[in-house]
This record gives sequence, structure tokens and C-alpha cells, in this order.
Amino acid sequence: MIRNMTPMQRIVTTLGHRPPDRVPFFLLPALQGARELGLSIREYFSRPDHVAEGQCRLQAKFGHDCLYAFYYAALEAEAWGGEVIFRDDGPPNAGLPPISDVEDILRLTPPRIEDSPGLLRVLETIRQMAARTQGEIPIIGVTMSPFSLPVMQIGFEAYLLLLHERRDLLNQLLGLNEAFCVAWANAQCAAGANAICYFDPVSSSTIIPRSLYLDTGFPCARRMLARIPAAVAIHLASGCGLPIVDELAATGAAMIGVSSSEDLAEFKQVCRGKIGLLGNLNGITMRRWTPAAAEAAVKDCIAKAGIGGGFVLADNHGEIPWQVPDEVLFAIAEAARRWGRYPLDWLTTAGEV
Amino acid sequence: MLARLDEFERALLALDRVRVSELLDAVAASQTPLLAVESLIRPALERIGKLWEDNRCALSQVYMSGRLCEEQVDALLGPAATTTRVAPGNARLALTVLEDYHLLGKQIVRTVLRAAGWPVLDYERQTVAGLVTRTCADEIDILMISTLMLPSALQVREVTTQLREQSPRTRVVVGGAPFRFDPELWKEVGADAMGTNAAEAVAIVEGLAGGAP
Repeated sequence: MIRNMTPMQRIVTTLGHRPPDRVPFFLLPALQGARELGLSIREYFSRPDHVAEGQCRLQAKFGHDCLYAFYYAALEAEAWGGEVIFRDDGPPNAGLPPISDVEDILRLTPPRIEDSPGLLRVLETIRQMAARTQGEIPIIGVTMSPFSLPVMQIGFEAYLLLLHERRDLLNQLLGLNEAFCVAWANAQCAAGANAICYFDPVSSSTIIPRSLYLDTGFPCARRMLARIPAAVAIHLASGCGLPIVDELAATGAAMIGVSSSEDLAEFKQVCRGKIGLLGNLNGITMRRWTPAAAEAAVKDCIAKAGIGGGFVLADNHGEIPWQVPDEVLFAIAEAARRWGRYPLDWLTTAGEV
Repeated sequence: MLARLDEFERALLALDRVRVSELLDAVAASQTPLLAVESLIRPALERIGKLWEDNRCALSQVYMSGRLCEEQVDALLGPAATTTRVAPGNARLALTVLEDYHLLGKQIVRTVLRAAGWPVLDYERQTVAGLVTRTCADEIDILMISTLMLPSALQVREVTTQLREQSPRTRVVVGGAPFRFDPELWKEVGADAMGTNAAEAVAIVEGLAGGAP
């Protein structure tokens, strides 16, 4: 039996493709801290100490292996002048894109972190988390990829047209975004983030074909990851990644977020010993799970990807929906502790691997 | 014809505008423009929609090929505003995005319906109250709702509840990521049907409206 580890030891070990004491799990409950503190979602995200307190309480409650410093995706668009729309039952959403005419890209300059109140709140949250955890619990920062950020900057439709018809403007925008995203990721690391989740749904094979990814999102990710001084997980936010799995591994990422619509076992076969896997519980159906269904889903993931380490159990989108009851999260946590203890005897003795 | 359809599909996926136009023009010249739409555009978009559903092509290809087809339909049959075609059963169609600002899914469905040659009212982004009001005022038979976020998808329940009382004729079709990730969700929110890809909109409309016109 492997001795009990701290969350940090557990994550470092599994990312080294060795089995830790048990399968680590990230619940990534970005919004649920508001419920813990009895605040509305808008109030919760208005102060950095709210988020630090909320995430620490959630970690103590469910025992997952990280603190998640993610607020909401629209925060980065807000720094570029975008609108954020709050609601009471879900993540704040990006409103109308700040760039209505793509020709304006030629006159655009990246925002400075120090001029962006929302980003400064995140940095303060990370600092407070780091002071509390003393390095025992990994703190996960987040950056939207420069290649996916334009969906919120100019709108999805305009971005697809830019990708296909205006490479000049695309390259100009990616250059600006890369400067911003590198600065943003580095600021989070300097504040105390131990790892960065690089959300890049547009690069997924759900959104663009592999050939286009090789020309665009892939070189962008390679340039970005080389400039981030921490372990990076590339998360396709429910998008598919199997057709580009070799390229994802070649970006230098430590982990890939796997969609629930893809087979975790297939990923494991390709990624074993090369790149870690994160996933792939279905966050949408999760709101209707019984404790027994949660346990079955956890067992299925561990059976497919747990052997040998290199696996962190999580949802498939990088955010647990507000509608998921605590009862289900407790059941996931309990199942991860029960069925995730290495050497995963229940799998090896059952002849399932 | 099958070989021509295969080639047409390949040309669409490769965004080869010239070849797409050549293949359509050949059918339109030897038969009719309408047949070109029905024998090439519609089945090709259905195939591409299925490919996307099976993770064998990308959303960008679905969107760009739909745009290409919409241009071709306008060239063959006349612009949307002047089309004399009607949807199956003379049904009045409308589509919208509920609450979200992500309009892409709705745009693709609109393109597919236009490519089928059917008029459709585009309500753009709507709240529950605004959507119910417009649907009733326009006497819509089939309302297609696209959503991206789970909270918006759950709001469809409010739309269907109000429409049952105020416009019982209206059938509601839903689509978007939450419905694809949870195949039971469309029933939970009281919809009449769910599309797993945009191209299914054509067959769903035919099914709900009682067959081809």
C-alpha cells in the first residue's frame, strides 16, 4: 500500500506517470463557492477573498486535489472591452463581442493586466490561496488560448470567416492575443498558481479539422506553452481531441482534458507514459445522477485510464454546472477514494486490464 | 448520381467554390434548379451533418459548406426574400437562440433550411418572454431553439409550458451542446424533437409538418 500523499504529491506523481496513493480528482466547482458563502454568483465574483474562501471551503468539503482559481471565461474578454452578463443559475456569459468590425483588429492593442480589475481580482485570489495552502494543494490558474479567445472578441461566426478568408487579420489578432495570454498566465504563476489550464476549444476536432489546426492552433499552442513557467493542461472544453492527440502531446502540455464523447481508453492507449489525462465525467448528465450512477461513472473512468498513473479524474468541461447537487459531488469524491486507491486491485484481480 | 453527390460533398468539405458551382450548374442545366438543390445540396448537407455528429468532420466545415450552399441556392432559386417555395405542410418556421450570445448553431440551422429552399423567420437572440410573444404573434408552427449553455437549455421548459397554453399549434425543436451531451434533456424540457446536428432540421420539419410539400 502506498502511503497517503498530499494533493501536491499526488498530482506530481501522477504527472510523472507513476501511480500515487490514489487516483487524484479535480472537481473544478468554479461557481459553487457562491453557494457555500450564501452569496449570489455576481457578489461571489466581486471580491477575491470570496473566491479564495469559497474554493478552500469546497476543497475541505469534498477533498479534491486542487484549488481552482478560475472565475469565468468572459473575464478575459472583459479585459478586452467585452461585456459580461451575470445570471443566478450559471456562469457569467460573454455578451456582444467588443470588436464589431474585424478591420479594427489592425488598431487593437492588448490590455494590460494591471489595468484590468477582473484579472487583478483573480491574482489576489491566487495569492490568498497560496498563503493558505503552503504548497500542499495545487492551485490551478486558467488562460483562454489566444486561438480560442477570438470567439468572445469578435463572435464565432466572424471568427470562422477570419480563419478561412482573412489570414492577415487572423495572424495580427493571434499575435496580440499571445502577448496578452502569456502575460496573463505568467502573472498567475507569479501570484502562486502551480499549473495553468489552457482552454482551447476551437482547436478541438469538433470545431476545426486537423489540417487547419496544424496551421493555426497547434503552432500557437507550442509558442504559448514554451513561454509559460508551469505545468500546463490543454483543455478542449468538451471538444474532441483524438485526431490531434499526437500534436497535443507535442505542444509540451502535461495533460489533456478529454471529452465525455470520446473513449478515455483509446486516449490512454495513445498517451500512456507521454501525457497525462484529465476527465471525462459528463457534467451535463451529472445533474441527474444518483449516487450509484456517480460511482459507476467514476469506476468506468478509473478502469479506462487509471492504471499506471498519468490520470486525474474530473468532469469533461472544466466546470461543474451549478445544477449538480452536492450529493452527486460527494458520491464522486467517495467513489474516487474508494475505487481509486492504487494499485487498483479491483481491476487487476478482475482481469479487466 | 451517387458519384456526383460524393464529389459534391468532397468539394463542399474542401470549400472548393468553383467545383461546387460547376456540379450544381450541370444538374440545373440538364434538369431543373430545384432538382439540383434537392439531389445535391440537401443530401450533401445531411451527410456532412452526420459526419460531424460522428466526429468525422468539424463544425467549421459544417458552417462554411452551409454558407456555400446558401449562396448557391440564392443563385439557383433567387434570394430568400423572393423565394416562392414553402415548407412542408405550408408550415411557418422560426428559429432562435435562447438567452445566449452564441449564435453560430442557429446560423447553421438557418443556412440548412434556406438551402432546402424553405422560408424561415430568424428571431436572433430572445428571452423567454420575447420568444413566446413573437411565436404567438407570428402563428409559428415549428419553433427551433438553439442553446449553448445548460441554464439556457433548462429555460426551454418555460417556453414550452407557456406555448402549450398560448399557442398549442406550435411544435418546439431544440438543439445545441447541452442536448447532445444529455440525450434525455429535450424530453425533460418538454420539446417535441431534438436535432443532434443542424442538417437534421430538414427531416425533423418534414416529420412534424407531415411530409414533403
